[in-house]
Amino acid sequence: MRRVVITGAGTLNPLGHDVASTLTAMRAGHCAIDRLTCRDVERLTVQIGAEIRGFAPEQHFERNRLSLLDRATQIALVSARQAMAQSGLEITEDLGLRAGVVMGTAGGGNTTVDDNYRAVYAEGKNRVHPFVVPRLMHNAATSHVAMEYGLRGPSYTISTACASANHAIGQAMQVIRAGQADVMLTGGAEAMLCFGGIKAWEGLRVMSTDTCRPFSRDRSGMVQGEGGAVFVLEEYEHARARGAEILAELAGFAMTSDACDIVLPDLDGPVRAMRAALADAGIAPDMVGYVNAHGTATAANDRIEAQALGAVMGAHLAGLPVSSTKSMHGHLIGGTSAVELLACLMALREGVIAPTANFSEPCPDCPIDAVPNTAREARVEVAMSNAFAFGGLNAVTLLRRV
Amino acid sequence: MGRNVMQHNSSIAQGVIEIIAEQALIDPSEVKPESTLADLGLDSLGLVECIFGIEERFGITVPFNANTPEQPGFDISSVGAIISEVEKLVARQAA
Repeated sequence: MRRVVITGAGTLNPLGHDVASTLTAMRAGHCAIDRLTCRDVERLTVQIGAEIRGFAPEQHFERNRLSLLDRATQIALVSARQAMAQSGLEITEDLGLRAGVVMGTAGGGNTTVDDNYRAVYAEGKNRVHPFVVPRLMHNAATSHVAMEYGLRGPSYTISTACASANHAIGQAMQVIRAGQADVMLTGGAEAMLCFGGIKAWEGLRVMSTDTCRPFSRDRSGMVQGEGGAVFVLEEYEHARARGAEILAELAGFAMTSDACDIVLPDLDGPVRAMRAALADAGIAPDMVGYVNAHGTATAANDRIEAQALGAVMGAHLAGLPVSSTKSMHGHLIGGTSAVELLACLMALREGVIAPTANFSEPCPDCPIDAVPNTAREARVEVAMSNAFAFGGLNAVTLLRRV
Repeated sequence: MGRNVMQHNSSIAQGVIEIIAEQALIDPSEVKPESTLADLGLDSLGLVECIFGIEERFGITVPFNANTPEQPGFDISSVGAIISEVEKLVARQAA
C-alpha cells in the first residue's frame, strides 16, 4: 500500500498565526479564550470565545480579491501558504494534475451569511454584494487553495460538523493511497464567531459562559473558537525522492457512524473508530503514546470519550497522556481537528505533550491522565487524534514518527 | 390537574404543563406536579426544547446549562419544581 506522509503544516488560530507560535502557546498552556468582540455581543448569553486576534487580512490579500474571501477561506489560504512553503514543493504542470485539495468546514462562509441576512432582513436592504454565493459556499476554501497553487486533481469539501477536518484529512490520505494523486492539501477552517453563529450554538444550552475545562469535574460546556490548519500530504516515495523533510507519517485513519442520536454521543461509534484506525495502521493500542482527545468539555462527550478510551486502551490507558487542546484554542468546529493534529506533531517531533488547560480537579466519570495545565515531556512514537461530531460521525487519525 | 398544581399560579402552571405535554407527546392531564421529566419520557433534548418553549411563552430567560446536571440556578427535579421556578422568574421579570 502507498504510504502517506506530512511534509508541510500551516495554521491560523487563536493561539498563533503560524505553527511555531501555536506550539509555543500550547507548550505554555496558554488559554486564548476571552471576551468576544463581535457585533451585537451584548445580545448574547454566551459572550466568551477564542478569536484570532491581530490578523490583518489586507496584509495577506489584494483588496479586490478580499471581496471573494470569507474569513474561513482567508484562514485556509494563509494556512495553506505556510504549509506549502514548509514542504518546499514546486507544483509543476504535471504535478498539478496529480495534486488536489480536501478541506473540512462545518459552517462554510457563515460570517458572509450572517452579514447578508442582517442586511436584507434587519436593515431592509434589497441588494447584496454580487459575490455572496461564491463567498459563502462550503467549497470556497477548497477551490481557492486549488486555484492558488494550480492543484487540478481530486478536490472537494467535507462537512461533518466537529469532525470535518479529520474526515477531510482521512479522505485526502485515501486519495493518495488509492493512487489518484501524489500530493494533497488538506485540513479544515472555520469562522463562525459572528452573532448568528454564536446565537445558534447558544440555543443548544451546551456552551460554557465561564471557560473550557475538558475532563475536569467542574466542566461547564464548550467554548467556540475560530481558525484552522492545512497540511501537505504526500506519497512517501514521492517525498523521499525529492529529499523532503517528513514531519510524520499519517499511518491510520478510520470513520464510523453512531446511527444513534443527532447530538448525544454513543460509546460504540467512537470505540469502533479508534479500533479501526489502529487496525488500519497495524498499530497495537499500547504503542499509542499520546491521544489528542475530542474533549469538548460537555458533560456527555468527556464521560463517553473516557469510557471509549478505556474500552480501546485497556490497562494501557493508565499511563497514557490524553489531553484536550480545545481548552486553549476553543472548539474550532470544522477546523478543530486540523489544529489538534499540530499537537500530535509536537508530541512526535518535539517530545512535548500539550496540556489540558483550565483543569481544576479530576472527574470520577473521566478516569484518564488529562495532562492537567502543564505540558509534559515524553517520547512518543504514535499519536492518535479523535473527532466525534454531532450527528454521531466519528473520525480518528493516527500519526507515526518516521 | 392535581391539587398541588392548583396552589401555583394557575395560568403559569397550565402553560408549563402544556409545553411539557406537547414535548412528551401526551395529554396535559397526564402531567402531574410530582412527575419527573424522565417519568414522562423526556430526554435531554426534550428538556432543552421545554426550556425554550417556557422562555418563549413567558418572555423570561431560564438559567439552564445542559452540562451541570444539578442545575443550581433552576430546579428541574419535578414538574412542580419547574412551575415554581418559572413563577419566580415571571415575578422577578414583572418586578
